[in-house]
Amino acid sequence: MKYIAEYRDGEQARHIAAKIAAEVRPGHSYRFMEFCGGHTHAIARYGIAGLLPDSVRMIHGPGCPVCVLPIGRIDLAIHLALERGVILCTYGDTMRVPASDGLSLIQAKARGADVRMVYSATDALALAGKHPEREVVFLAIGFETTTPPTALVLRAAHARAVRNFSVLCCHVLTPAAITHILESAAVRQLGTVPIDGFIGPAHVSIVIGAQPYAYFAEEYRKPVVIAGFEPLDVMQGILMLVRQVNAGRAVVENEFSRAVTPEGNVAAQDLVSQVFELRESFEWRGLGDVPYSALKIRTAYAAWDAERKFGLHYASVPDHKHCECGAILRGVKRPTDCKLFGTVCTPETPMGSCMVSNEGACAAHYAYGRFRDIPVVTA
Amino acid sequence: MSLRKDYVRPIDFKHGRIDMTHGAGGRVAAQLIDELFARAFDNEYLRQGHDGALLPLPGAGRLVVATDGHVISPLFFPGGDIGALAVHGTVNDVAMSGAMPLYLAVSFIIEEGFALADLRRIVESMAAAARAAGVPIVTGDTKVVEQGKGDGLFISSTGIGVAPPGLTINGRQARVGDAVLVSGTLGEHGVAVMSLRESLEFETAIVSDSAALHRLVQAMLQALPDPSLLHVLRDPTRGGLATTLNEITRQSQVGMLLREADIPVLPQVAAACELLGLDPLYVANEGKLVAICAPEAAEPLLAAMRAHPLGQGAQRIGTVIEDANGFVQMDTRFGGRRVVDWLSGEQLPRIC
Repeated sequence: MKYIAEYRDGEQARHIAAKIAAEVRPGHSYRFMEFCGGHTHAIARYGIAGLLPDSVRMIHGPGCPVCVLPIGRIDLAIHLALERGVILCTYGDTMRVPASDGLSLIQAKARGADVRMVYSATDALALAGKHPEREVVFLAIGFETTTPPTALVLRAAHARAVRNFSVLCCHVLTPAAITHILESAAVRQLGTVPIDGFIGPAHVSIVIGAQPYAYFAEEYRKPVVIAGFEPLDVMQGILMLVRQVNAGRAVVENEFSRAVTPEGNVAAQDLVSQVFELRESFEWRGLGDVPYSALKIRTAYAAWDAERKFGLHYASVPDHKHCECGAILRGVKRPTDCKLFGTVCTPETPMGSCMVSNEGACAAHYAYGRFRDIPVVTA
Repeated sequence: MSLRKDYVRPIDFKHGRIDMTHGAGGRVAAQLIDELFARAFDNEYLRQGHDGALLPLPGAGRLVVATDGHVISPLFFPGGDIGALAVHGTVNDVAMSGAMPLYLAVSFIIEEGFALADLRRIVESMAAAARAAGVPIVTGDTKVVEQGKGDGLFISSTGIGVAPPGLTINGRQARVGDAVLVSGTLGEHGVAVMSLRESLEFETAIVSDSAALHRLVQAMLQALPDPSLLHVLRDPTRGGLATTLNEITRQSQVGMLLREADIPVLPQVAAACELLGLDPLYVANEGKLVAICAPEAAEPLLAAMRAHPLGQGAQRIGTVIEDANGFVQMDTRFGGRRVVDWLSGEQLPRIC
């Protein structure tokens, strides 16, 4: 595949791996957090960890939109689908996130709820057109990448006065989450999560640009390298981080310059700010309440805001007491540190959200990297 | 006084629709069976007109029975339809034990309101597929359910075949050192069906690989000095190659090591999968098989497959290794090694 195969070339990978191995300082350890689930997935799927020297360790961050959705948010969606008779639409992985009472959206569907998987927000709005007698609610999740499409359908619903459509907005913001991690006691004081640098988001950065990360580099003295989701992008990003650490630099560098500009997609940013405003606080699974870390729908669009339309009230629900998703999302623990991992919590029967999406640290490790934990005889 | 012959209004195959009387067992039902099903499937066993078909006992060997329900949506897709698929799928299930399929039995569950034109198209396609495969449909059944209680049409099909004496091909026979072969490029069926799905429609030249594989299997068996060198045959349908290989490693209590670079996938399928976020290893096939054989049988089997129209893209993709955990591992093109796990959840619902 042209323009894809080039970024998955094994020979180039070995070449970069050799450079990383040659440039890491003996006795020095390098711990980098990849914020995005897309990077977590690439690292696991292409076996990137196996190409890195032992002194370079990747810490999985909270950038998996499905993983950070708290139980209470899914409960709201299940309530709408089961008790209020709406057609509830959402993206595929969200359907399997475990919520209260052993339910998930897919199980609510089996109990008679009308839950539909859509591939885009536009499809959800189209469903409202097709079923004028029904209320259609789009459970909108995701970081800055999926926010502009939601803004577009809200604007379209407003313009066409579609009355039976609304959005349950769970859009969250990347920079707020990174700040939260950097401000956490584990990173700042305790040093239990030593982070030497960040692999910056790929698709998110296409929208928000490279500028928002300058603050982290400057204020927290952490190098940031924005990298694409292809495996060679990740390898090159790691090499660039190693070089920054070695040189004692902490700046924002852009490996993904074929798609990311300093200012990002300004048209998308404008659209988002027309339709959304900051939420004062939003609960993230794993991170807890994070101030100004999510978006809500502006008053002008209140008629299409499912929270207002259906009078919904968010209630926080604690995770399963043995589930380590929270610590894993903060980078404090690895999937294998969790007692539930691979025992009662598997991709078939996920207990925590990190096991649901293939971008989740647990699911990625379970699907692609598990054999490293268990000795196997190879040919 | 002689009785006047009953007037029978011809079935309107152009604009007519299935109604509840078509399944009620009265004259209307009988007429549909006579004019559509019996006429299309016609063969000496069906002509007996019994509730069950009386069939001659096959000679030596063992009987093989396989059954398969077909709920694919949409019913028509590039490269096939539910009718041909119901024949191919069941013929292949019988063939994967090395057996020669002999007879098919089919059952239709039709939703009230279903267009007779579509039903005829499907039945005729099914008849053509059965005839091409040389496997007659010897008995059948039709039922009609109220509107909203079925999704157009479901077809369930059962196949009977006979396996030669002494031949044991099944998922428990994979042994350490065996070669893992596939008969051709992977993922076409799933992507072809996917391309028509509501909200996903994309234009593609990819057609389903739906095909009956029993003659390919016979050609493979004939190519071997000793058929027992062929240990496992499986058609990687739902869940694709990855799921099939995981089933085999579990049944045989072995592991596998694949080489990604050797796994054949059409560039357009790879591109469509990339776009849809799918992995071709998990996408369904309806005209491909996986063969696991003793290492010395790999070359003759590959040659026999490549000489057959349905096996031209045959490749050796890996080796059976010792592994108590039953992992299927793969050396990626990128240079890493990873697990190729079971499919979790539904990647593509209602693909067959």
